[in-house]
Amino acid sequence: MTNTIGCIEKADVILVTGSNTTENHPVLSAFVKRAVEFKGARLIVVDPRRIKLAGFAHQWLRPNLGTDVAWINGMMHVIIKENLYDKTFVENRTTGFQELKAVVEKYTPEYVAEITGIPAQSIIDAARMYAGAKAGSILYCMGITQHTTGTDNVKSLAHLSMLCGNMGIEGGGVNPLRGQNNVQGACDMGGLPNVFTGYQPVNNADAVKKMEDAWGVSGLSDKIGLKVTEMLPKAHDGELKSLYIIGENPLVSDPDLNHAEKCISNLDFLVVQDIFMTETTRLADVVLPSACFAEKEGTFSNTERRVQRVRKAVNPPGEAWDDWKITCEIATRMGYPMSYESSEAIFEELSKLTPSYGGITYDRIEEEGIHWPCPTADHPGTPILHSGQFPIGRGIFFAIDYIPPAEKADDEYPVYLTTGRVIYQYHTGTMTRKTDGLNDRAPGSFVEISPQDAEKYGLADGDLVNVESRRGNITARVNFSDKAVEGTVFIPFHFAEAAANKLTNAALDPVSGIPEYKVCAVKLSKAA
Amino acid sequence: MDAQNIIIINGNEFSFEPGETILQVARRNDIDIPTLCHLKGATPTGECRICVVEVEGARTLMASCVTPASNGMVVRTESQKVIEARRLIIQLMLASGNHNCAVRGSDDKDWTQFQLSVQQEDNSSELCPVWGDCRLQDLAYRYQVSGERFPKTETLFPMETVNPFIVRDFSRCIRCGRCVQACNEVQVNKAINFGYRGASTKIVAAGDRPLKDSDCVFCGECVQVCPVGALVEKNARYEVRPWETKKVRTTCSYCGVGCQLHLHVKDDKVVKVTGVEDVAPNYGSLCVKGRFGFDFVNSSERLTTPLIKENGEFRKASWDEALDLVAKRFGEIKKAHGGDAMGVLTSARVTNEENYIANKFTRAVLKTNNIDHCARL
Ligand code: SF4
Ligand code: SF4
Ligand code: SF4
Ligand code: FES
Repeated sequence: MTNTIGCIEKADVILVTGSNTTENHPVLSAFVKRAVEFKGARLIVVDPRRIKLAGFAHQWLRPNLGTDVAWINGMMHVIIKENLYDKTFVENRTTGFQELKAVVEKYTPEYVAEITGIPAQSIIDAARMYAGAKAGSILYCMGITQHTTGTDNVKSLAHLSMLCGNMGIEGGGVNPLRGQNNVQGACDMGGLPNVFTGYQPVNNADAVKKMEDAWGVSGLSDKIGLKVTEMLPKAHDGELKSLYIIGENPLVSDPDLNHAEKCISNLDFLVVQDIFMTETTRLADVVLPSACFAEKEGTFSNTERRVQRVRKAVNPPGEAWDDWKITCEIATRMGYPMSYESSEAIFEELSKLTPSYGGITYDRIEEEGIHWPCPTADHPGTPILHSGQFPIGRGIFFAIDYIPPAEKADDEYPVYLTTGRVIYQYHTGTMTRKTDGLNDRAPGSFVEISPQDAEKYGLADGDLVNVESRRGNITARVNFSDKAVEGTVFIPFHFAEAAANKLTNAALDPVSGIPEYKVCAVKLSKAA
Repeated sequence: MDAQNIIIINGNEFSFEPGETILQVARRNDIDIPTLCHLKGATPTGECRICVVEVEGARTLMASCVTPASNGMVVRTESQKVIEARRLIIQLMLASGNHNCAVRGSDDKDWTQFQLSVQQEDNSSELCPVWGDCRLQDLAYRYQVSGERFPKTETLFPMETVNPFIVRDFSRCIRCGRCVQACNEVQVNKAINFGYRGASTKIVAAGDRPLKDSDCVFCGECVQVCPVGALVEKNARYEVRPWETKKVRTTCSYCGVGCQLHLHVKDDKVVKVTGVEDVAPNYGSLCVKGRFGFDFVNSSERLTTPLIKENGEFRKASWDEALDLVAKRFGEIKKAHGGDAMGVLTSARVTNEENYIANKFTRAVLKTNNIDHCARL
């Protein structure tokens, strides 16, 4: 997030898109709801499902799946045409405005209505509402990123925010909501193929030299590595021989699971480190038991870049170890000694190598976490990004055109499928499904469907329905819901026994490598 | 200091900001005024009146949580009149339901009678589940009152136990309304409100349905704010006494909000979770996963030893054996095919320190940049 969670209550207008906030980020959604109910903020929700937050919204826009660039361009078209944009900000802080103006020219509300299914007047109203805000906040989640055009979607939202001068101010910003507790930290700490910690590029000679010196090694690779979505095909082709998986369960979370399983089975050697047996550990050659969050010391970085302490409350079961200790032992046995006295000692090392964490110590975050960047010991941290300047100087507007999703509904597969989570379960369910109460509330997979579609396919509430895509099929229960809109069904991806990701499309965004989980085409039939 | 805005509390002068209540000024200056219904961050309701103070010139005692401070106001927070009023309020509350903790009465005969009637209505002979951890009990002790002055009123509504997380015991509800505010003004889930009128007032979900059939999403905010034993976590009820547990503050391991929570630990087990009040990002709030989804920690299905697969079956192994095998195989593959034939998936679940170590291992030991995590999936 460019801004903080607390900042949401300072916004005049909040635009939420691709985020079912009340279910996926419940506590954060309370900030949105309070802003609307008690602080007079206006709320625009853009989502293909009639999610709970839509009930709080002044406007709910319902786009066809995978048409985000089109409605965002449409809003910018209106804002530029009606002269509602922030000229000072555009002039002083950005470049490329003419290119943006040229590309959004053709996105008239009528044209956008054709693509997105959102009425032209609603586009105009939403554009005026957002542009009229002193401080407008944009919140988004996987509904924006998990598309073949995910990177374009994210950039387009940033453009919309810059165009209205909403960057770098209290109550504004562009705010991705991270789905997992430490996604932010995994990225910050170099858990990416192209960067070391703090986003220092692996193909930058200075950065390579810095790490070589600190780690006492030579010959670090300066070649950008493989993304997870590239590793699997390489495993399939036999080019990738081994995989060391720490605490992940790609065999429920990956798109096109049938294919993913084949890829992973083709590895020469698979090591999986986890707290439970999972669909993925079952394929491993060696399984290593690790400690869970309640059993270790360390830090997580939350979605607002706040580095917070994790503390040990209980002992790990049996012989389970901290993940870092396991990795260090493997390194040592491979001839590169790695050992640390504590997680704090690791933090001291990483903060020296990571400018944005440079001023953070366990002592400083004992009571309250600090937002990075925090370069020095006396720096207070940075709750709001980009208030003076963008890291690259000026913010750049790119010309972005709408590209349809990789798979569209057709005669054979006439229904759109989108996937996501429910409030009572988490990710692949390995943790939440151990709590009976949560299972009682959300016992298994289901297909959320509008009553109209149900009638069309002869389905009653509670029926077993067979859902089939070009990649696979699953059976789950029909769940009538007024969240669903005709022509689109929703399936949660938590449940391995009816895994939504047997159906989803592995088509990737060319830049981020994120698969298009949010759109694919399926057909429905009543199961015998 | 603006000479205009001075209030005198218990003989001392304090400055205040326009709009501040007497309670706020007092709290800021460490003057202890008891409250029950007052909930920080929500609109004050003035429901319970335990916070009354004496204001010079006023004909009645004033509820300090709703009365704004004004210039020259002279306030006494523990005068005889105040104490008497509070004692009366406490006595009425104690008499209003099954407050069968030891403060209910000291007369042996009455106590026995009382316990018997509770048992009948409660189907339980136990003391109140929050005995020793109750704001009403604290106040009864502080003001040395027992509940015997007024006859006990009948319990009108049966206990609700039909959801997996929260037990609602209406017989112990003092109708302070904190839960209503927590649900409507803090979490804005709008699941519960005051229902019925007068003596039969009850906190209800729409249509007086059980929580499981309402808009309730089991965030548990209401449980955390309930000052008495009317709302209690089902899994902790009669299992967990506050003095038997130690509280460890940490960060939620589910979504990216990073809520601050207290793990309550008893016998090396997490038995209850509460939100940490007054600190960002969540200021005490949690969701159902953070508050109730901790069973996995102590699950019997946890992996407890390294496992090595042999002929398609896993067998237990020692750390030395497993680690040696991994190091040997990784070494062989690296030698034969180079580091770029190897990959590491680190995790959005593990700590920053552990991600850093995975990054260092991949780059410095395997000599490849093939590292990613599944967060985008
Ligand atoms: S349930 Fe608890 S918080 Fe709610 S009104 Fe009753 S006593 Fe107050
Ligand atoms: S658990 Fe949460 S949603 Fe349910 S009644 Fe309590 S505060 Fe409201
Ligand atoms: S308590 Fe709920 S909202 Fe808070 S971090 Fe945990 S999962 Fe997210
Ligand atoms: S605390 Fe003031 S009236 Fe209840």
